[in-house]
Amino acid sequence: MGIEILGLPLMYYIAMVAKVLVAFVFVLLTVAYATYAERKIIGHMQVRLGPMRTGWHGLLQPIADGVKLFFKEEIIPAQASTFAFLVAPLIALIPAFITFAVIPFGGIIEVAGYKIPLQIAAYYDTASGQVFDVNVGVLYILAMSSLGVYGIVLAGWASNSKYSLMGGLRASAQMISYELAAGLSIIAVFMLSGTLSLNKIVELQSGWGGFEWFIVKQPLAAFMFFVCSLAEINRTPFDLPEAETELVSGFCTEYSSMKYAMFFMAEYANMVTVCALTVTLFLGGWNGPLTAAMPILGPVYFIAKVYFLMFVCMWIRATLPRYRYDQLMHLGWKVFIPLALVNIVVTGIIGYFI
Amino acid sequence: METLFFLIITLVAIVSAILVITCKNPINSALSLIMTFFCLATYYVMLDAPFMAAVQVMVYAGAIMVLIVFTIMLLNIRVDSSKKHSHKLVLGSIIGFFTLLNTIFVLVKSRAALPTGPYSGEMLRSIGHTELVGREMFTNFLLPFEITSILLLVAIIGAVILAKKKI
Repeated sequence: MGIEILGLPLMYYIAMVAKVLVAFVFVLLTVAYATYAERKIIGHMQVRLGPMRTGWHGLLQPIADGVKLFFKEEIIPAQASTFAFLVAPLIALIPAFITFAVIPFGGIIEVAGYKIPLQIAAYYDTASGQVFDVNVGVLYILAMSSLGVYGIVLAGWASNSKYSLMGGLRASAQMISYELAAGLSIIAVFMLSGTLSLNKIVELQSGWGGFEWFIVKQPLAAFMFFVCSLAEINRTPFDLPEAETELVSGFCTEYSSMKYAMFFMAEYANMVTVCALTVTLFLGGWNGPLTAAMPILGPVYFIAKVYFLMFVCMWIRATLPRYRYDQLMHLGWKVFIPLALVNIVVTGIIGYFI
Repeated sequence: METLFFLIITLVAIVSAILVITCKNPINSALSLIMTFFCLATYYVMLDAPFMAAVQVMVYAGAIMVLIVFTIMLLNIRVDSSKKHSHKLVLGSIIGFFTLLNTIFVLVKSRAALPTGPYSGEMLRSIGHTELVGREMFTNFLLPFEITSILLLVAIIGAVILAKKKI
């Protein structure tokens, strides 16, 4: 522990790099296998087998898809705005990944006498024995997700095609509307927690074998947040920006090769993030039985909960038909936003009397 | 370390601010403006005001710029091909020159000092910036806050009336 760089022990840097790498690889692998899982699950739900040819029960399918997309010809339309066209997939992808910086995926583990909190943007203060993390964690996630919309809007505009433009416009209108509803619905959680730090929110939900989870106290907020998040990341039943029956493929009509794959990676990475955030806010985060005795169980519970929610997303996709555009706007502005406001008022009144 | 970080961010901020006014394509200008807003948000983080930083990204880089990009897309403004007028250039450079002189004068004459008062960096870190802003807004600055909300309400009603002739 003797070596110090810029006032911090060397172990701090090693732990930071290790956490970033582990989280990044985890999200990438989940994204790759989520595509496979989605095809398999929907296949079985519709009494089909799904991919079967590549490897045992099609297990190598994501790798084959990746290789195929990687070697495809790269096409840039002649009338496209080249810079925006090239930069759009990156803008879509990066916010999806960097939101993971503030999500706590485990408790404190001890490596070689140095305590490491399992959250990327956090450190353990030995003097006070507390974990410090980004104290506006949730706002950070909301801010980053509001940046993600640019990727889709720019992709739609830069392609210079009518379908793409329609997809881009739909996406931006939808994302702005549902961002509001999602933001309003989680205010009720902050009224209970009194903090915006995700680490503290998870701490508050420990104990009582799941009865302290915020989904018990705020079922309406949990439901609204999850549905609004689905709409914000353009998942079925809200996948209007890429409604293939009307818009060919929406904003990614003109994209090919790796850039097309990047949009898909962004979509699935967003799905992972949204599920992780819902788990953190409403389903107790990494809490579970025996985490105090074995800290390594924390990430296991966290991953299990995230995968369960991702399964729910795929289940919804197999079950529900797509919304019509006016129904979507009606649901967002006239149902969810008033409900979220009422929920805030009711939470306030109940919180005042007890 | 912090100074180095500040210099890098400032470099990015200035370059993207220059790109805002030099880009031919309005969408690229808008993208550069988003970049500038993002850099401003990092300044807020460095000033121990994370709440302001998050709001800066959410409101300016997120909501307002989406509307601007939306407008550019819908109006389909293409590459700016208007001629540059020389008298505008002269007037602009005169104004710019005096602004520069003024800035240099202020920088030379005044001393940079940490803000005095109860809100030090340590206090912000111990209480939390969000809580502090909330508490101040709903106690000492309640009247300005209420007036602002009435102003926003008026703006919203006005927008609805203008957009929908028949209600």
